[in-house]
Amino acid sequence: MESNDSLFLPEQARIIGERELTSNTKLFDLNFENGKELNHEPGQFVELSIAGIGEAPISVTSSPTRGTPSFELCVRAVGNVTNALHRMNVGETVGIRGPFGTGFPAEELKGHDLLFIAGGLGIAPLRSLINYVLDNRDDYNEINILYGCKKPCEQMFEDEVSNWARRQDIYHEATVDYCPDEVCWEGNVGVITELIPGVDIDLDETYAVVCGPPVMYKFVLQELEKKELPHDQIYLSLERRMKCGIGECGHCQINGAEEELYACQDGPVFNYERIKGFEEAI
Amino acid sequence: MKAIGKAEFSNFVDELIADDPREVIGVQAKSNKFAFDPLKSAEDLRLDYDVTILPPKKYFMPQRETLVKYNTNEGEMTAVNEVIPRIIFGIHPYDLIAIQQMDKVFEETHSDENYLAKRRESVLVGVNMKNASEWSFAHTMGTATTDSGYDLMLTDIGDKYAVEIGSVKGSELLEEAKSQLDDVGMEEIEKVREFKEELPDKFRDDPEFDPFELPRLLSEYYGKDGFWEENAEDCLSCGTCNLVCPTCYCFDVKDVNDITLTEGERLRTWDGCMLEAFAQVAGDENFREEKAARYRHRYMRKGRYMYNKFGDIACVGCGRCSEQCVPDIADPVDVFNQMKEGTNGI
Ligand SMILES: Cc1cc2nc3c(=O)[nH]c(=O)nc-3n(C[C@H](O)[C@H](O)[C@H](O)COP(=O)(O)OP(=O)(O)OC[C@H]3O[C@@H](n4cnc5c(N)ncnc54)[C@H](O)[C@@H]3O)c2cc1C
Ligand code: SF4
Ligand code: SF4
Ligand code: FES
Repeated sequence: MESNDSLFLPEQARIIGERELTSNTKLFDLNFENGKELNHEPGQFVELSIAGIGEAPISVTSSPTRGTPSFELCVRAVGNVTNALHRMNVGETVGIRGPFGTGFPAEELKGHDLLFIAGGLGIAPLRSLINYVLDNRDDYNEINILYGCKKPCEQMFEDEVSNWARRQDIYHEATVDYCPDEVCWEGNVGVITELIPGVDIDLDETYAVVCGPPVMYKFVLQELEKKELPHDQIYLSLERRMKCGIGECGHCQINGAEEELYACQDGPVFNYERIKGFEEAI
Repeated sequence: MKAIGKAEFSNFVDELIADDPREVIGVQAKSNKFAFDPLKSAEDLRLDYDVTILPPKKYFMPQRETLVKYNTNEGEMTAVNEVIPRIIFGIHPYDLIAIQQMDKVFEETHSDENYLAKRRESVLVGVNMKNASEWSFAHTMGTATTDSGYDLMLTDIGDKYAVEIGSVKGSELLEEAKSQLDDVGMEEIEKVREFKEELPDKFRDDPEFDPFELPRLLSEYYGKDGFWEENAEDCLSCGTCNLVCPTCYCFDVKDVNDITLTEGERLRTWDGCMLEAFAQVAGDENFREEKAARYRHRYMRKGRYMYNKFGDIACVGCGRCSEQCVPDIADPVDVFNQMKEGTNGI
């Protein structure tokens, strides 16, 4: 029997733009067929669905301040859904459920210094907040953006990144883990944690916002610890396996001695103070 | 409370099977075990069973359930909710309590109609436990009897069943047996009381813990060196203890295409936190890689996290996991006793 109140029925969205960012990552611009807006907050994600393949959680990488009603997803081809999406063309439709989860606290961050730390694909959710902040520049104090990739060709959003580098009101540093000899690279060579000591952190004012591959968090947190940045001034966006996005399927649970958290509802953005006691979090 | 003679009760069930548009389900013998299955005749109904292989959750959250149908050419998707109205006979109190816990999960998160509609369209006829499996510790968990969660509740009092009515749905169902119902007197009430008084003797006597201590004990033992590793050492990560548990509800969602590859269904299927890939993501990252961590997670869910969220201990003591675990390491009584005794690893 057909159902009108399903939590699992995606809405159709059309691919209206597509751009290659790296050899395995593409940026997709999407528009709901019914003309509605996504109405997301920076840091939230959607369940992207392709009929016959499945669903995958993907961060919204565009800022709600830009380009609406369309929204952008930055997708790396790693598995079934993401590879299928990469094979699709402008004009074709996908399914979208969401937005889901708790995003970055853009309001709470107002009036403060921000330190963005992005590793690899972690730039996708951070870019949403970075552009939100840049579009409300006067509401925020100093802005620092650290962005690390494995190698130069994996750096994404080059136009935006070079704009950060040009702007006087942004401190920006980029790094790559290594740079092949024949490639010209003006940034730092080394892991992203090497960039943290060089940032001017005001312990009363600075909020760090971190997203990257799972292995990155521990090392970044160690560096921030050295700087003595208070834990409640650190926000982390975490990835987990997700099969529903709505707190039911159980896959995204992060367990601790007292309670568990759901990355899809309590997160994916977490305050470090809140999760540091959870053994499985970092 | 009402009473109905056993022969009249059988007639009532047979009439439902014959005339009621709803599917009539009941506990029946299956090989040398018991299972909830569609009833062909009241004769097959076994209200004296000890425990069923699977709990009745399969009727509200089926092993495979279609959520969405799609056509890959047009990209068109339609939501689906296959609701089969059912009358289910013979649910033991611990399973009724587990269903009430599941109701909270599916109501309070997002009001999941794929589950809730199936619940609304079902009539639950409980039965007090005449027999208990050797593994059951429902009495310890306080789930050997229940005052709620049923539409009707039967108690075997010899040549009759005492019938308690728990809801409007229950009394409506009973309407159809109205002419065969007897009023009850002191004698029947006394028999039901005796039945319940004798219940504790049916259960194993080795549990040493009190269920209300479990949240505290589990938190204390969460980080205990070696405790989970030792208990999980022989675990096969088969997930059986999840599948058979009346309070486990985690699921996977996957697309299955028909042979033409143009039509297909998005299915919700049972999943289990004991399976190795449950928390695995791309890049070979697994957030619960060690079997000891998965084993611990299952216990934390049963005795601590659900309690935090809903105030329920999510182990109802049915003993199914204990019985069906091949290496025989899933018995919650064993783990909870170790904690209570403070032995093993401390
Ligand atoms: C909140 C959130 C935001 C995210 N944002 C983005 C984003 O912006 N961009 C982006 O590209 N990605 C993002 N991801 C990651 C993305 O959702 C996953 O990589 C997802 O798995 C991709 O789906 P898929 O169907 O393509 O991959 P899958 O087919 O699920 O495969 C992914 C990987 O997992 C492995 N795998 C899958 N299933 C199993 C299994 N049962 N057992 C063992 N291994 C298995 C595969 O081998 C493969 O390496 C995000 C994830 C989360 C949780
Ligand atoms: S505890 Fe037993 S039933 Fe559960 S996964 Fe391990 S081996 Fe399987
Ligand atoms: S944990 Fe085991 S004994 Fe407890 S409810 Fe689940 S299957 Fe039954
Ligand atoms: S993704 Fe299903 S519970 Fe979080």
